[in-house]
Amino acid sequence: MDDRRGNVQSSEQKEEMKKVQEKTTKRRNKEKEELGDEQILNLNNEPPEEDEDLSDSEDSVYSGLEDSGSDSEEDEEDGSDGDVTVDSEQTHQAEEKKNMTEVKRKDDEYEHDSSDEEDIRNTVGNIPMEWYRDFPHIGYDLDGKKIYKPIRNKDELDDFLDKMENPDYWRTVHDNQTGSVIVLSDEQVELVNRLQRGQFGDINFNEYQPSVEYFSSDVMIHPVTNRPEDKRSFIPSLVEKEKVSKLVHAIKMGWIKPRRVEDNSRGTFYDLWASEDSSILSKHRMHLPAPKIPLPGHNESYNPPPEYLFTDEERALWEQQDPSDRKLPYVPMKFSSLRQVPAFPRFIHERFERCLDLYLCPRQRKMRVNVNPEDLIPKLPKPKDLQPFPTVQSLVYRGHSSLIRSISVSPSGQWLASGSDDGTVRIWEVCSSRCMKTIQVGGAVKTVTWNPNPAVCLLAVALNSVVLILSPALADRQVVSSSERLLLGDQEAEAAEDTGAVWSEAEGEELNQGIRLKVHHPKAVHQVVWHAKGDYLASVMPDNSSHLQVLIHQLSRRRSQNPFRRNKGLVQCVSFHPVRPYFFVATQRSVRIYNLVKQEMTKKLQANSKWISSMAVHPGGDHVICGSYDCRLSWFDLDLSTKPYKMLRHHKKAVRGVAYHRVYPLFASASDDGSVIVCHGTVYNDLLQNPLIVPVKVLRGHVMTHDLGVLDVTFHPTQPWVFSSGADNTIRLFT
Amino acid sequence: MGGLQKKKFERGSATNYITRNKARKKLQLSLPDFRRLCILKGIYPHEPKHKKKVNKGSTAQRTFYMLKDIRFLMHEPIVGKFRDYKVFVRKLKKAYGKTEWSAVERLRENKPTYKLDHIIKERYPAFIDALRDIDDALCMCFLFSTFARTGKCHVQTIQLCRRLTVEWMNFVIASRGLRKVFLSIKGIYYQAEVMGQLITWLVPYQFAHDHPTDVDYRVMATFTELYTTLLGFVNFRLYHSLNLLYPPKLDGKAMSELKEEDEDDYAMNSECYLEKLSALSASLSRVVSATEEEDAELDQFPVEGMEAREREQKQQEAQKKLFEGLKFYLNREVPRESLAFVIRCFGGEVSWDKSVCIGSKYEVTDETITHHIVDRPNVDKQYINRYYIQPQWVYDCVNAKIRLPVEDYFLGVTLPPHLSPFVEEKEGDYVPPEKLKIMALQRGEKPANEQEEDEEEEEDDDEDDEEEEEEEEDDGGNDEEEETEEQNLKTMQEQSSQGKSLQVKVTPGKVTVENKARLEQEEKAEEKRLAIMMMKRKEKYLFDKIMFGKKRKIREANKLAAKRKAHDDAEKSKKKKARK
Repeated sequence: MDDRRGNVQSSEQKEEMKKVQEKTTKRRNKEKEELGDEQILNLNNEPPEEDEDLSDSEDSVYSGLEDSGSDSEEDEEDGSDGDVTVDSEQTHQAEEKKNMTEVKRKDDEYEHDSSDEEDIRNTVGNIPMEWYRDFPHIGYDLDGKKIYKPIRNKDELDDFLDKMENPDYWRTVHDNQTGSVIVLSDEQVELVNRLQRGQFGDINFNEYQPSVEYFSSDVMIHPVTNRPEDKRSFIPSLVEKEKVSKLVHAIKMGWIKPRRVEDNSRGTFYDLWASEDSSILSKHRMHLPAPKIPLPGHNESYNPPPEYLFTDEERALWEQQDPSDRKLPYVPMKFSSLRQVPAFPRFIHERFERCLDLYLCPRQRKMRVNVNPEDLIPKLPKPKDLQPFPTVQSLVYRGHSSLIRSISVSPSGQWLASGSDDGTVRIWEVCSSRCMKTIQVGGAVKTVTWNPNPAVCLLAVALNSVVLILSPALADRQVVSSSERLLLGDQEAEAAEDTGAVWSEAEGEELNQGIRLKVHHPKAVHQVVWHAKGDYLASVMPDNSSHLQVLIHQLSRRRSQNPFRRNKGLVQCVSFHPVRPYFFVATQRSVRIYNLVKQEMTKKLQANSKWISSMAVHPGGDHVICGSYDCRLSWFDLDLSTKPYKMLRHHKKAVRGVAYHRVYPLFASASDDGSVIVCHGTVYNDLLQNPLIVPVKVLRGHVMTHDLGVLDVTFHPTQPWVFSSGADNTIRLFT
Repeated sequence: MGGLQKKKFERGSATNYITRNKARKKLQLSLPDFRRLCILKGIYPHEPKHKKKVNKGSTAQRTFYMLKDIRFLMHEPIVGKFRDYKVFVRKLKKAYGKTEWSAVERLRENKPTYKLDHIIKERYPAFIDALRDIDDALCMCFLFSTFARTGKCHVQTIQLCRRLTVEWMNFVIASRGLRKVFLSIKGIYYQAEVMGQLITWLVPYQFAHDHPTDVDYRVMATFTELYTTLLGFVNFRLYHSLNLLYPPKLDGKAMSELKEEDEDDYAMNSECYLEKLSALSASLSRVVSATEEEDAELDQFPVEGMEAREREQKQQEAQKKLFEGLKFYLNREVPRESLAFVIRCFGGEVSWDKSVCIGSKYEVTDETITHHIVDRPNVDKQYINRYYIQPQWVYDCVNAKIRLPVEDYFLGVTLPPHLSPFVEEKEGDYVPPEKLKIMALQRGEKPANEQEEDEEEEEDDDEDDEEEEEEEEDDGGNDEEEETEEQNLKTMQEQSSQGKSLQVKVTPGKVTVENKARLEQEEKAEEKRLAIMMMKRKEKYLFDKIMFGKKRKIREANKLAAKRKAHDDAEKSKKKKARK
């Protein structure tokens, strides 16, 4: 009992001891493994010594300790040993030890420690024998001379023969440590057998001795020891007190928390919504619930209708596409029965993606436009109610051999003049589509215009750098004579100086054709326009670098003047105001309006288009339309603003010509896409009411040639008819 | 001009948003914790209208949260728990490092835990909100309940998921709320109506999962944590709404029946109850002993559409009793759980082989079995007085809301296509002919003979063609009319030219019958076209978009129809060849 208490008290020491022991056992185990069987046999030769050595050395490590504890410890060791033979060996030793009394053991300690009694044949000790493998000797004797290995010249064959012939071969063992051969005696063989069977090595040992029970359940009358209790067993321990106080302090300070009561409430549920109070509801912040996953369609079925399966092309396309571009994230598949349906490989992916969407996607309330497309279409008055307007093509005027750039209707509405690139001006009868006159002018005709004055019958033609004044003589004699009279006006000499325009009279053949006057310009003339009274006409010579772009000619006095002193951009076209002394000049992007009396600019209209192609002025004079090469038609209300009142994007291609009807509220635009669009444009006298613009008819008929469609468009002066000339060498009349 | 200069980004939208990193710093949380908190509290990023303004002039890609949301997170008690947990982990590491095992043990025992009850209550203040959001929870729980109990997530989570899903299925059976089922290639979709809410969930097929490596299971686990809590509370409430006991108890009678069998064969005692519950074969016990549903007679209100609603209700009632009186037997190769669930939801009786699962009620040899569900080419021993059908029949019946003829579903027969019940065809959409057939059956028309069917199909085809034509007209209406006009013009030109060439012969003119209706139509179309020309640019854009969408839809429908036709033709020719 004393010993035990001592052990308890010096628990630290014991722990230390244990560790050392563990180490030694480990070491031993290793060695044993290395040496194998022979080692054991060797041990058997000199029964207890080696192992005893070790255990003794252990003892020596903690020599200060009492020994009684070591018994049990060694037993523990034995249990941990894996090797059976060694096991029995050790128990054998233990048995031996048990038999000895303590005192005797102490005496014996040095008896067994007999290094001088060591077998003379092995002087190297317990080392791996491989170290001596390549040497002829093993170790040295006391005199320092080599101890040679017994000569071994046995080869395999000898070994075999030996095996066959020697009856003791089976008990012959090769001792690795000395290199000698040992023949086991009968006792030794017996011992080996016993050990292998797991019995004690000593024959005389009785395993089944009755054990002496030191401690039993029976309470004895006498104590085991009669020693009185220690004092320290009655007084509280100071060390313990210190420890306890430390713990108490830690608990007080909250460093140590009492063991938590096992909380089982995680998996238990209760009526969470027992008291649904609306206060929480109102407090709830603005929250957008996540949209639900779209429901599957037919193509996700395991057995879809055949039309939902991919064809080969579709499948190839699907495989080519980037996963993010695919319309379907999976390939529809068909299985003939349910048991053949495999697991969906991307199931976890899809769930995970949904999770990501739920917590990483910004949510936004998107108002889906739920509009009936019909409601978007503006409510316009029906074209039927806006009649009359041209609806069908009624006549085609053929005869020109090249594209017709310009057409013009005489103020009486009886004649139609057209100028073409084939160098002719033709005059047609409107009603019969008959060509009345063909005038060879010798050059591509840019513009033809009838004099708007019904009292005269004159035609202005622009070609190259010349403006011709023709008198086609297709009217009453009175009218013809009056027009001739107008042409007879005397020329003023000084004209040429600043303008460069030269007036000359036609002669000879030309005279016969009807050409009366020629006005030579310094540059190519693009357009010529009559004033409403018929005495003035303006010609345009587009040139970006000069201020000499527009000339105004007075027919009666054969005088020309250049109204502008400065170049304000490339002039596209010009036009006279129908009633007031205003002059419209369209440059590339804007229209300038000049007051001819005051000789100043009154307004500048921004067309909001890239390149104005044509311009027409409303007969009332308060509205202007401009066509542009970027497919737009802009309507200006001069009283309203300098910005277009309306931009019409009806055409698909460049707008080439625009025209107002003189009487009816109609205007038309001609475009390269081969169509003429007739719009209704009512202008109200009431200034507060905006003009009403309604497209009423799309007229088609011209054939596209060289990417050109309709080049010019003009209205009949009195009837709701529209003429159009195209690149397909025809003029068409729509009525 | 006076006063202080205005500083940029100190007012307006810049102050309403906060970037993710700033929010994280403000909350003093690590990124994973912040993520977890966002998941639990349902906070999602916002997309500001003017990103550059909010981003203080930078255009870098950033995630923004509403500042209000982050402030709201700051008061969350769970944030404290997260911090506690962090401390706990640190202490534990320290203790391990010092090999203080007693300290480790003590710490382990005091491991901080948290509950999500209050979050559920906060996120779903009303029960109906929770029901509306239960779709994802169900999907996730069903997925997790199929996971193997190794790695990836805690076994407790898997068990809890399994328990909750089984409870849910039992509830749906008890309430007879299932409406639609769809076998897709992904899994089985179910749609149930619970308290007026349509709830859809997806259950994967019963296979071991091939766990992908590019999936963050922590995120999924956090979601599952939330969802299990939500689903538990919802289940509780739902069970109580039906006067059922929660946690569910099997009916006493059923219980005793099941007891007879030796339970040890199936599972441990602790798991046995859940197993029995998940067999879905027994009904649940009620708090108040079940009195047959006493539907309170609804008072009649003369409201518009009342009749339709009534009719619908009647139909629903009929659907609920779809399989009533039928006795099913499941062969071992069919998906037992799904089929048992569906059949029981519609009042059928179902059983299976004893070795498949606990809770089978009767044997194969039972003479009263009406339908035997088999998913193999043939069965050796067949009983005369029952139908041997493939499992698709059950699902198709549920979706069609009538008992379909079993002939198409016999063993070895090529099954008719399985259609999605979730597709509701609108005008102009493509409707597969099978759907038309089912609709005809629903209307009570008898299925015609094969030949007639063929004819019908042909008719269908014709109809399709007509549709196509119409659509084409819609497509190219403009062009066509233009073409006709042009033709007219051409003929006129020709006539005029003929006139010029002085053809003397006068043929009696034919009176061209002017189709008035057609003319009117044309006129209207032109009117419309002209009006479209006058549209404002914005409206025109919108209009074009809408029209484009419509046209695309039509195109797709046409494509499907054409594909179908090609397929049918190929089939027919095959048949003919076979006959020859």
